[in-house]
Amino acid sequence: MAHAATHDEHHDEHHEHLNFFQRWVMSTNHKDIGTLYLVFSLLMFFIGGSFAMVIRAELFKPGLQLVQPYFFNEMTTMHALVMIFGAVMPAFVGLGNWMIPLMVGAPDMALPRMNNLSFWILPFAFALLLSTLFLPGGGPAGGWTMYPPLSLQSASTAYVVFAVHLMGISSIMGAINIIATILNMRAPGMDLLKMPVFVWSWLITAFLLIAVMPVLAGAVTMLLTDKYFNTHFFDAAGGGDPVLFQHVFWFFGHPEVYIMILPAFGIISEIIPTFARKPIFGYKAMVFAIASIAFLSFIVWAHHMFAVGLPLGAEIFFMYATMLIAVPTGVKVFNWVATMWGGSMTFETPMLFAVAFVILFTIGGFSGLMLALVPADFQYHDTYFVVAHFHYVLVTGAIFAIIAATYYWIPKWTGHMYSEFWGKMHFWNSVVWVNVLFFPQHFLGLAGMPRRIPDYNVAFANFNMISSIGGFLFGASQLIFVGVLIHCVWFSKKKATDRVWEGAKGLEWTVPSPAPHHTFSIAPVVHDEELAHGHVED
Amino acid sequence: MGQQHDIYYVPSKSQWPIVAAVVMFLTVFGAAHWLDAEPGESGFGKTLLLVGFVGILGMFFGWFRSVIRESMRGYYNSQVDRSFRMGMMWFIFSEVMFFGAFFGALFYVRMFSVPWLGGEGHGVLTHQYLWSEYAASWGAGGGNGPAHVGGAFQTVAPWGLPLLNTLILLSSSVTVTIAHHALQAGHRGKVLAFLGFTVLLGAGFLFCQAHEYAEAYKELNLTLGSGVYGCTFFMLTGFHGMHVTLGTIMLAIIWLRVLAGHFSKEHHFGFEAVAWYWHFVDVVWLGLFMFVYIL
Ligand code: HEM
Ligand SMILES: [Cu+2]
Repeated sequence: MAHAATHDEHHDEHHEHLNFFQRWVMSTNHKDIGTLYLVFSLLMFFIGGSFAMVIRAELFKPGLQLVQPYFFNEMTTMHALVMIFGAVMPAFVGLGNWMIPLMVGAPDMALPRMNNLSFWILPFAFALLLSTLFLPGGGPAGGWTMYPPLSLQSASTAYVVFAVHLMGISSIMGAINIIATILNMRAPGMDLLKMPVFVWSWLITAFLLIAVMPVLAGAVTMLLTDKYFNTHFFDAAGGGDPVLFQHVFWFFGHPEVYIMILPAFGIISEIIPTFARKPIFGYKAMVFAIASIAFLSFIVWAHHMFAVGLPLGAEIFFMYATMLIAVPTGVKVFNWVATMWGGSMTFETPMLFAVAFVILFTIGGFSGLMLALVPADFQYHDTYFVVAHFHYVLVTGAIFAIIAATYYWIPKWTGHMYSEFWGKMHFWNSVVWVNVLFFPQHFLGLAGMPRRIPDYNVAFANFNMISSIGGFLFGASQLIFVGVLIHCVWFSKKKATDRVWEGAKGLEWTVPSPAPHHTFSIAPVVHDEELAHGHVED
Repeated sequence: MGQQHDIYYVPSKSQWPIVAAVVMFLTVFGAAHWLDAEPGESGFGKTLLLVGFVGILGMFFGWFRSVIRESMRGYYNSQVDRSFRMGMMWFIFSEVMFFGAFFGALFYVRMFSVPWLGGEGHGVLTHQYLWSEYAASWGAGGGNGPAHVGGAFQTVAPWGLPLLNTLILLSSSVTVTIAHHALQAGHRGKVLAFLGFTVLLGAGFLFCQAHEYAEAYKELNLTLGSGVYGCTFFMLTGFHGMHVTLGTIMLAIIWLRVLAGHFSKEHHFGFEAVAWYWHFVDVVWLGLFMFVYIL
């Protein structure tokens, strides 16, 4: 962060002078690496966002308007890949990097050099991926799910496969680091069942990552060999089956969607108690709910494949297993509401985003339940209804949580308060336009508009235009966010206190703001009263 | 610097991560450029791939050298040691899942896609309209699918070389364990001998496998292109073989490190990590022997 940190350099036992390159490129510091992740993620958010603007511009009116169909398909493919692997996942890893050592009282991440490697792989992986847009044959255009045989027909398969391999290596190393940090580096007194829910959510997410990223690597490796080395995994003539790819992919893919939401659950479980000034309702239930969601996420993958022609028994099994997830998810939503119940609430920007999360994520959960019904999904599958569903859970879910976390912790990172007025402007613009953007897509989907097409029946014109307008304005609203961040990092005059928020509890609020370069070099003595969840009785 | 013992060692800065990222990038960029090149056009892909690969070897050498130095200087307390152990365990778990994807593919084609193509259960129409002649079977008869891609082939008989390889790997697991016990007891000569055996057994396994592959290609007409039988066979055994190669190299390096006196009775995590890895490779092989060769 900024060089505002001079006054606390005497806290800094191992301080030494690092030039710019040494500090940022050769770093072993969890805070600097966390910052790198977050900045990278923001950059990818805007690159992926600009692809979305192309998509919405093309869909503004029926008929081919601006781009060629192949390019349109490149945009939908790249938008998803960049947002999932470049924006959402790195943002959570960045938040984890910054906050987990602070929250458990550790001097740094367990394996600091590997931590830096996990980050630095990413810019190269995305350079590889994005470079395909400029190659003669064009980039991948078969959708982020990369189903064969379609994905094998588009260009640059090898580039995409290797980029995915790199991202997988990065995620696995990041996850190993997080698990080792949480299990091995906690300060004395920080028992597992006293850890912040955010730390719990990351522990379980890291397990999911290590379990499924290798499976994705296997899936794309088979794509690679099918295309370049004459194998027939996905070719019926050779005894294979394109549906095999879908099984392997979604065995990764469904846990992957939880990888993108569990840390968000953790964040919301930190923010709501702070601004409701009440401990979280049902701490243990929250932890067990995360664990059971993670477990169930391994046995529901085929709900993405209901329409592909599965045996009846499989359809029924996966339908009920999927609906079961609603139970622990419901526990979480009710507990957030119960935490707010009777609290003395204030609505600073992080809380606004958190409350919006609870409501809008729940809408996404409901549309998920509709999709989980096999007979209904025959209708909805591959329509805009699915697009609406996953954007509610991912944009108003994962991304809102990331934004909330940024507002919540940025005073601790920079030592300055952000502008509450502009934060609120950002919130209200986001929350209005995101609904204008995605809510009509439910209607489009129910009326039968397929996803991933550049042109459509005139019957869908109105809602598409509304959706596009919402899209442009939602995109523009995010510029406010950048403004708030720049102001907070470099220009804000308002000093943050150590505790920052009146109701905040936990070790991260006991260190100065901004957090010095090295914290907890000597493990702190943890007192239960300092912790958000120090007294667990329920 | 036998400094404060209970500080968790956090290195101050390191060039290795960025070097690693660069060489990994060069490797895959080279590979992608090579694979995606138009037929006839060669490009710089292969060169880059080679440069990157050599770079990766150099990077590992440099990175591990600095870690070994720190370890020899006593910078790592027991907590750091635990972090390394967890790191290695979870890395092996990720490898298990990687193999899981390919085993899953094998089970799927054997249990579902091949029988369905033969007209059983779910895929009757494909069978009726496209390949009504196809009688599903695994192995030589129908393992290359209804179009018999790659032409008729024979399978590798399990009770010849594969059985020998099983015995080789199983005994190598025993020898590495004996070496470990010897290390804990402080008998360096015995460690060197048994670890040396293990390396030789690993190399022997690889030799047999190379022989088996050559035979499969030349005499049995079993190739990567022999339908799902061929591709599951070569992908599973091939990835396993790559792991054995890596494991053998690591064992050889550990042997050199024993020779250089890097390990004490109490501190020898490097040895243990490689031994764990070796056991893992061994267990995967048992799965392969069972499901790829015998059944
Ligand atoms: C109550 C929980 C949920 C249920 C029951 C559910 C159910 C489903 C179903 C059945 C589909 C497949 C629809 C189709 O293709 O026909 C789907 C798609 C999807 N869901 Fe969910 N979902 C839930 C929560 C989530 C969450 C939390 C996320 C991510 C944060 C998520 C992300 C996605 C994505 C990305 C897709 C589309 C994948 C694609 O085809 O590209 N879902 N969901
Ligand atoms: Cu799913």
